[in-house]
Amino acid sequence: MKEKKPFEDDPRYRVADREALIGVGLVILNFLMWFGSAYGLGSKPVSEYNYIFGLPDWFFYSCVVTTVVIILLVILAVKYFYKEVPLDEEDES
Amino acid sequence: MNWAVVVPLLVFLVIIFCIGFYASNHLKTTSNFLQEYFLGSRQLGGFILAMTMIATYGSASSFIGGPGVAYTMGLGWVLLSMTQLATGYFVLSVLGKKFAIMARKIKAVTLIDFLKERYQNKWVVILSALSIILFLFSAMAAQWVGGARLIESLTGLSYTAALFIFAVSVLVYVIIGGFRAVAITDTVQGVVMFFGTLIILIGTIIAGGGIGPIMSDLAAENPNLISPYGADQSLTPLYVSSFWILVGVGVVGLPQVAVRAMSYKSSKGMHRALLIGTVVVGFIMLGMHLTGVFARSVLPGIEVGDTVMPRIAMEVLPAWLAGIVLAAPMAAIMSTVDSLLLLVSSAVVKDVYLNYVKPEADDRTIKKISIGVTTVIGLLVFAMAVNPPELLIWLNLFSFGGLEAAFIWPVIMGLYWKKGNAGGAMASIITGVGSYVVFHSFMPNAFGMHTVVMPVLLSFAAYVLVSLITMKHHAKVQDEVITKLWSA
Repeated sequence: MKEKKPFEDDPRYRVADREALIGVGLVILNFLMWFGSAYGLGSKPVSEYNYIFGLPDWFFYSCVVTTVVIILLVILAVKYFYKEVPLDEEDES
Repeated sequence: MNWAVVVPLLVFLVIIFCIGFYASNHLKTTSNFLQEYFLGSRQLGGFILAMTMIATYGSASSFIGGPGVAYTMGLGWVLLSMTQLATGYFVLSVLGKKFAIMARKIKAVTLIDFLKERYQNKWVVILSALSIILFLFSAMAAQWVGGARLIESLTGLSYTAALFIFAVSVLVYVIIGGFRAVAITDTVQGVVMFFGTLIILIGTIIAGGGIGPIMSDLAAENPNLISPYGADQSLTPLYVSSFWILVGVGVVGLPQVAVRAMSYKSSKGMHRALLIGTVVVGFIMLGMHLTGVFARSVLPGIEVGDTVMPRIAMEVLPAWLAGIVLAAPMAAIMSTVDSLLLLVSSAVVKDVYLNYVKPEADDRTIKKISIGVTTVIGLLVFAMAVNPPELLIWLNLFSFGGLEAAFIWPVIMGLYWKKGNAGGAMASIITGVGSYVVFHSFMPNAFGMHTVVMPVLLSFAAYVLVSLITMKHHAKVQDEVITKLWSA
């Protein structure tokens, strides 16, 4: 920001901004895992597919494993990176 | 009439009614009617927040339409539907605390309240209110038609009678209970959706003799059914990926979802909602669409996609259990419709009436008007759904993408980019909706991507460019806005 700042930003926003970035990061990772395993493993002829728990491997990794991994990452992110801040104005003082 | 199927549905409706009456008690004692009726006084805890977000977002298409397409297209469509996993954590992370804090600073009750304070511009408010009323009204009517058709097919009642039952059930609890009733019923509905998914998935796998045999069955019929490209190889990686915009990250721009991001009580609740939401949405989307695919091996040769779910439930489950499972799509439709009804009503009452018609209205008048408007809108939707006009069907086709293209940037950039201003927001809304209509009509799925992608990109460009060009013009107002919204 080049213009002068007459005040400091609400300090809670720093927390909020960081969490938004974590959200974006998770989506990018989610997309890469999903895309990579679906089209990386699923592009070969169907007759050459391997199967895990009865499902084609591309599907198992892109839809089942990715989902589980993302859920685990969300749990970790919430536990270690997301901060509790008061939301109400009166709670601040 | 198949009573074993109908009884669980009736029980479900009775429970929903009771919740409506419970919530209406809060309305009698509240000191701020508007905040309570349209936002539940910002008291949502984590579990309810997660469930109401998912239930509002998950609609007829997650339980009827989507699995039907998966039946036809195979695993490729399940892959596509898993782009929705992001809605579980992305919306709350990105809107998250910032939206909740800002909304509290300005005491916003609706999404448009936020836009109004952020952009200080009458036209932004009017354009947004219009898009919400128009698009969501038609989306709502379409869901009513779906709900009535479902009751019709399960009970054998006539379409009009089915529609009447559906309308009365939804209207009563929304009108008397407001947002709190909607959120709590959404929670019950979300739980029904979750267990419905679990039961039907297991039932279908057992009926098909296990996942392995089902897969070889499908591969024998058409190997493409188990490839990521779809039965007819029409699902290109680019097309499927573009759904990350439509049903993944773009959901941030949907007013019915965004408003929930300012309704929760504490950061703790939001954190819990993030977890529960991601787990539940991931499970429901995977389970329902996978069931659609598996159903092809159990019940081959179904022609109409929308009948796959009801038929597979009746086929693989005992009747009473099928009734419970089929309450899930019912729940999904009701929980979407109730939120939309309240949202359209809030746009009329709060954003138009209180802003421009009668700002000085007292609490009693507001109460009368809110309940009255909600009732009238409900009756209007009912009238429309009896015999849906062409215009409504046409509007509904792009209500989802159109709203995303309209609101995603004014909301996100409004939160995170201080230079975003009224000019940019207006340009973004007009470009988003306008280009969506144009692309939808003349160039659907442009460049092999879902129609929503281009309008979202164009409205982003419009927002940034116009904000920068008109920076000087808006400088003074902008200073005040930033001081008000950003200072501690």
